[in-house]
Amino acid sequence: MSNVMVEAQAVRKSYGNLEILKGISLEVQRGSVTVLIGPSGSGKTTFLRCINHLEKINAGRLYVDGSLVGYEERNGKLHEMKDKATAASRRASGMVFQRFNLFPHLTIMENIIEAPIQVQGRKRKDITAEAQVLLDRVGLGDRGRSYPQELSGGQQQRVAIARALAMKPQLMLFDEPTSALDPELVGEVLDVMKDLAEEGMTMVVVTHELGFARQVADHVVFMDGGVVVESGHPADVLDNPQHERTKAFLSKVL
Amino acid sequence: MQTQNTSASAPAHHAPAAQESAPVVPLRHPVRNVISAVLVIMAILAAIDVAMNERYHWDVVVDYLFAPRILSGALLTLVLTVVSMTVGIVMGAMLAIMRLSENPILRNIARAYIWFFRGTPLLVQLIFWYNIAALYPVIALGLPFGGPSLVIGSANVLITPLGAALLGLSLNEAAYMAEIIRGGIGSVDRGQYDASKALGMSGPKLMRRIILPQAMRVVLPPTGNQVISMLKGTSLVSVLAISDLLYSAQIIYSENYQTIPLLIVASIWYLLMTTILSFFQEKLERHYGRGFDSVIKRKRSRKDRNAS
Repeated sequence: MSNVMVEAQAVRKSYGNLEILKGISLEVQRGSVTVLIGPSGSGKTTFLRCINHLEKINAGRLYVDGSLVGYEERNGKLHEMKDKATAASRRASGMVFQRFNLFPHLTIMENIIEAPIQVQGRKRKDITAEAQVLLDRVGLGDRGRSYPQELSGGQQQRVAIARALAMKPQLMLFDEPTSALDPELVGEVLDVMKDLAEEGMTMVVVTHELGFARQVADHVVFMDGGVVVESGHPADVLDNPQHERTKAFLSKVL
Repeated sequence: MQTQNTSASAPAHHAPAAQESAPVVPLRHPVRNVISAVLVIMAILAAIDVAMNERYHWDVVVDYLFAPRILSGALLTLVLTVVSMTVGIVMGAMLAIMRLSENPILRNIARAYIWFFRGTPLLVQLIFWYNIAALYPVIALGLPFGGPSLVIGSANVLITPLGAALLGLSLNEAAYMAEIIRGGIGSVDRGQYDASKALGMSGPKLMRRIILPQAMRVVLPPTGNQVISMLKGTSLVSVLAISDLLYSAQIIYSENYQTIPLLIVASIWYLLMTTILSFFQEKLERHYGRGFDSVIKRKRSRKDRNAS
């Protein structure tokens, strides 16, 4: 088993004539936390969505856990996978969204057990017990019967994390998980994420929370204009940036 | 200005003490109350007039309310409605998914179908199907390019008046339902697709478990409308000499000249059926509304009532 969880090689992505990703190459080590920072429009969210093939890449290669994402290589060409195969390949990663995207017509418990039952064919009884443990872990053990709309944003995001974890992913992708939250609710979500990092979960996080990056990240990647400008240890990138663009961004954010 | 300010702020200083004991007097609506009273009186007078006016012939209404011909007409109307709506909804869902397809051929076939069946009068469509034998005297269902026929027969035998009615109503309804269902699917947030895909769901399962249940909330109210207008719209099939509820009433009053009483009889049955259908609609709406604001609102209003 390779030590590399995510490997991107010159990944490109465009919408029509607009090129969003202009050749992103990076590696995410198993068990590490990588934080992507950068101004809006820099392509960090798009790149995150490419990692589990919610966006199709136009060129380059993207490996998760050693296998190509969304494509099969045959005779030197990349063939796009069928929807079902793509869906299956996505199961290695879990994703948490800026706007939570809980299923509003299902209770909290049903939200968590839906995919394990429907996709993995787990038994309702087994997965319900596991889901309860997950809910306890994110501090919402008593809210299983509530509907998402009855919860605060911070609570909904913690449920979304539990929902992703129920699939037993090897990799967790976070797309600005605290950006849609009221300031006083940010902490509770970051705490759950910190716990997860301490347990050794491989995480790729797009965020503006530089405090979180400094404290939890093993690796910080600064993106701008669809390229990786600078990356490295958080102390180096955040406190001693080498590039002008990084300096300019950090001076505005801090 | 200044005096106003001080006078306005002076009682505010004492407000905390006063607030606890001050009762709230709701705003009164004298004009609204007078108008309501007038309307109620007018309604009562109208009801008395309708009940006492002998020319309505309420005795005839009572005589015919449960007449066998009326009852079988009502049953036929109900069957026409249920069958046409069911076929219409199933076909409509398929057309809606075709219209949302990435394949331009499927998309345009659905679009052309909807364009045609919404754009021509239902009455014309019904008469067309009724007279299909004039265009195709023999109808054969079989394999294309001269293959063997599985079903073959005279169009006059295969397409009965009832068959023509069901065909016309169903195909027309499918066009309307397609647009309603398409709107419902379109109303579901894109993030729901992202989330379910990220969880490894895809295809029909994603549609059936995540998207359609949420679309139902938007689809149901206009579908309820469709059911009710279909129930009454079936009266159009009287042109095909099918003895539905209205046609049965018409036959009876052409014999006894009691036009108004028999139309009242038919209306009572239409009202009864729409009332029952509306009741089921409300139940379904509540079922598919769970998890959305309405649930919270219901809970809140219940709490408010308990508090007061």
